[in-house]
Order: sequence, then C-alpha cells, then structure tokens
Amino acid sequence: MFTGLMANTWIAASVVAVIAGMTGYFAVLRGQTFAAHAIPNGAFAGAAGASLIGVNVIVGLAVVAVAGALGIGALGSKARHDVITALTLVLMLGLGAVFVSMSTQYAQETYSLLFGQVTGVSQGEVAPIAGLGLAAALAIGVAFRPLMLTSALPEVAEARGVSTRKVDLYFLLVMAVATSMTVPVVGALLMFSLMIGPAAAARSVTARPGVALALSVAIALAITWLSIALFYRTNWPLGFFVGTGGALFYLVGLGARRLAVPRSLTRS
Amino acid sequence: MTELLKLDGVGVRLGGRQILDDVRFEVRPGEFSGIIGPNGAGKTTLLRVILGLIPSAAGKITRPPTIGYVPQKLNIDPDVPLRARDVVSLGLDGHRIGFSFPSRKRRDLVEKALADVGAGDYASARVGELSGGQQQRVMVAHALISRPSLLLLDEPLANLDLAIEQEIVTVLAKLAREHEIAVMLSAHDMNPLINVMDRIIYVANGKVATGATDDVVTTEGLSELYGHHVDVLHVHGRVVVVAG
Ligand SMILES: Nc1ncnc2c1ncn2[C@@H]1O[C@H](COP(=O)(O)OP(=O)(O)OP(=O)(O)O)[C@@H](O)[C@H]1O
Ligand SMILES: [Mg+2]
Repeated sequence: MFTGLMANTWIAASVVAVIAGMTGYFAVLRGQTFAAHAIPNGAFAGAAGASLIGVNVIVGLAVVAVAGALGIGALGSKARHDVITALTLVLMLGLGAVFVSMSTQYAQETYSLLFGQVTGVSQGEVAPIAGLGLAAALAIGVAFRPLMLTSALPEVAEARGVSTRKVDLYFLLVMAVATSMTVPVVGALLMFSLMIGPAAAARSVTARPGVALALSVAIALAITWLSIALFYRTNWPLGFFVGTGGALFYLVGLGARRLAVPRSLTRS
Repeated sequence: MTELLKLDGVGVRLGGRQILDDVRFEVRPGEFSGIIGPNGAGKTTLLRVILGLIPSAAGKITRPPTIGYVPQKLNIDPDVPLRARDVVSLGLDGHRIGFSFPSRKRRDLVEKALADVGAGDYASARVGELSGGQQQRVMVAHALISRPSLLLLDEPLANLDLAIEQEIVTVLAKLAREHEIAVMLSAHDMNPLINVMDRIIYVANGKVATGATDDVVTTEGLSELYGHHVDVLHVHGRVVVVAG
C-alpha cells in the first residue's frame, strides 16, 4: 500500500493535510469557518465548468476559488460578512448545478470533486500539488504575526498600521489557493472537515498559539493517514473516516479541555 | 518641555454629521489627561482621529511616532489559543511580517511588562477566560511593551468594580510619572481620575474644553459647552454634573 500509485496518494494526501491543518487553524481563529466552507464547496462549480469546456480542472477550481475569495473579501464588511459569504456560495453552487446538469457523462468526476479521489493521484499531479502546498504554507508563514494580531485585536492592529481588511483578503486568497490544490485530492466536502476538526480540537487542548498550530497540522495528518489506511482495509468511503475522525478528535479535545480548565487559570 | 501631541482646530465629520468641531489642545510628556463626556459625545471619535484611524475634516494634528492604544472593548472567545503573555508579545512586533522566535530577551520583556501592570499571576491563562479588569491590564501591558510615548485608553474603567477601578488608575498614573508616558484616558465619570489628572478634556455637544479640572468643570464653563444650563455640584468630595 506504499508503492507506485499508492505512494502518490500518500504524498498528496499528506500535503493536503498539512495545508488544511494550517489554513484551518487561522480560519477558526479569525471566525472565517463559513468562508472556509464556502470557498471549497463553491469552487467545485469551477471544476465542473472547466471539465465541461475541456479546461484543466485545477485551473477551473483556482479561477472560481479566487473569484469567490475576492467577492467575499471585497464586498463583506465585518457586519455583512456572513450574508456576502452565503450569497457567494449560493451563486457558485447554482453555477455548479448548471454545469453538472449539462455534462451528465461526467457524473463520476463530479462525485470525486465532492468526495475526493485520493486513490487516483497520478505521478504528474504530485508536483503541482506539492508546489501549491508549499506556496500556501509560505504565504501563511510570512503573514503569521499580522494574522495573529488582526485575529485577536483588530482595532489595535489598525492603529498600528495593519489593515484588517487587507489581511482578511490575503487570507481568503490563501484559502483559495489551498482549495484549488486540495479539492481534487480530498474533495470539497472533506477539505472542509479536514480544516475545521483538527484546528478546533487543537485549540481546546493547548492555549499556546504555536503549539496549537503544530497540533492542528499533526491531527490533520493523523486523521488523513488513518483514514487512508482504513479505506484500504475496508473499502468504505474515505469521507466517512475523515469526517468521523475530525469529529472524534474534536470531542476528545473538548474532554481534555474540560479536565484542564480548572488548572489553566493557575498554572504557569 | 515641548509638546508631544498637538491638535490645532481639528474637526471631524462622520456620515455627513459634524461630530467634533475646532478641537485644540496640547499634551506634554508624562501628562495624565482625562477625556470626559456623556455617551455619544465623541470621546472614541477623538481618540480615533488622534490615532489616525479616521481622517480629520479640518485642522492639524502633530503626533508622536509611537502611540499605544487600548480599545473600548476586547472581543476574544474563551477558546482562542492565546495566553496573556502571547498578547503582550504581539505588542512588541505583531505588526511585522514573519513570525517571532522565542528568546530569553523577549520573555524577560514580556514578564516585565506584565509585572508592571500587576498581571504576572495570570500570564499563562487564556485571555478569553480572563475577567474584564484582567483583560484591561493585559492590554495595557500589550500597549506599553512597544514603548510608546503616548498611551490612549478608551473607557478602561467601564464595567470595573470600584476597587479595581482605583487600582488601574493608580497603575496608569504611576506609569505616566515613572516612564514619562503621556496617558490619555476616556471615561464617563471624572471622579476616579480627579486626583491624578493634569488636564481634563471635556467633550460635549461636539465641542471640547480643556484645562485644569477646576477651571473647566464649572457651572458657567460646562453650561456654555453643553449649550444649555447645567449645574456642577460638589458632594462629599465628588463632582457631579446635573442638567439644570
Ligand atoms: N462611523 C460613524 N458614522 C456616523 N456617525 C458616527 C460614526 N461613529 C460614531 N458616530 C457618531 O459620533 C458620535 C460620537 O460617537 P463616539 O463613539 O465618539 O462617542 P463616545 O463619546 O465614545 O460615546 P460612548 O461613551 O458611548 O463610548 C455619536 O453620535 C455617534 O453616533
Ligand atoms: Mg466611546
């Protein structure tokens, strides 16, 4: 299960897990989980459209994901963020529905865009996935402090010359890049669970920002590896393992937090 | 000594309305100023225009290069993985790109800033789980670690009980004196500040009156500012402003 095509699967899925763990951490921190849901799921319309007109699926994903991120970032002020995100998502899903209905012969491909095609990663796809993954990781590393500052203290950040709005837009674009890389591998629906579950679990376990980020990545990797292994064993859908894995880790994290809370206020 | 901050005929318009008009005053290093006024008078607006967060429609502002700012309220979830010391550490260089590596020097600076405001005991607690008063202190430490010459605080005494209120005022007055930091603090009630204020900046009706508290807070002075008669009463050492 570690050779040839399988090796590609493991590499691609690991890159996806690292990026999902990182972007998910900030999506949860910034309260942008709704956008984290909307961008990958809406971007699936781009992939469906691309396959309809015979363009590379990743290009279609990227174009629509970036357009969605720009829409959410540019139109959504703090107060209207959810409404704009919802409208963007609905618009993208509507387009997706049209594209899918026009191309019935691609039903299988559409299914894999939603639920992933983790076993079908070819040698040629590994390099672009790794490249986009590295770009997303670098983008987050470069903006680490402003991302923290604007998430926690938006007004203070403004006073120090860091535009919360610009950082918001930047982060949405990073999510769009991450999405165009991850959706073909794990699918739009799983991308979302892989972003939110590990990040939410990590932050309930530790109060240290750096440790929480590392833990979020580690949990995403653990869920991904476990899910692929179980998938080979049982041939049950991968999504089942990723989804329940995320929820399970979160519940364990919550339990750990419950036990730790009385100490966390006094311990140093 | 030369002035640190100078507002010369500053006016602010928001949403087509004149919020502040012809504001002029100066602040020197180490001075403690109280920005006092009723709800909606324009206290936050005045602080925001000093910070450059909103543009002024008229006049000129001369400001120091670094200004520390503690906003009116913090909205941090209890789950957010940020300890008090992480928030203070962000005050050091959170606006720069990249990430900061832990070091002995950074740790000492952060511990010192927390100790200065009496927040050392909860350095490792999640900020979101701290009480309002504890969060205020952490935010003061966050603002002070960047060594500003001017520190602006928006209603730091709101929602605090009397004992904590006096403690925070004392901490701030001490910082102003010992570190030559000019402190400007907004509040509804001037009474907790009366003993430490070098200057009152009284905001009402879009206008501002400044000077020593006893000169500004008079029945005649405030009546003129409000545009209608108000009485300034002295009751058991407290000053009360009532509509006449
Ligand atoms: N963005 C805005 N657009 C239009 N009007 C505004 C805006 N922000 C504030 N105002 C108005 O400016 C006035 C002053 O508001 P400001 O928040 O400065 O008052 P404040 O003195 O800080 O009040 P509080 O004590 O309640 O904090 C209010 O009448 C408010 O309605
Ligand atoms: Mg205010």
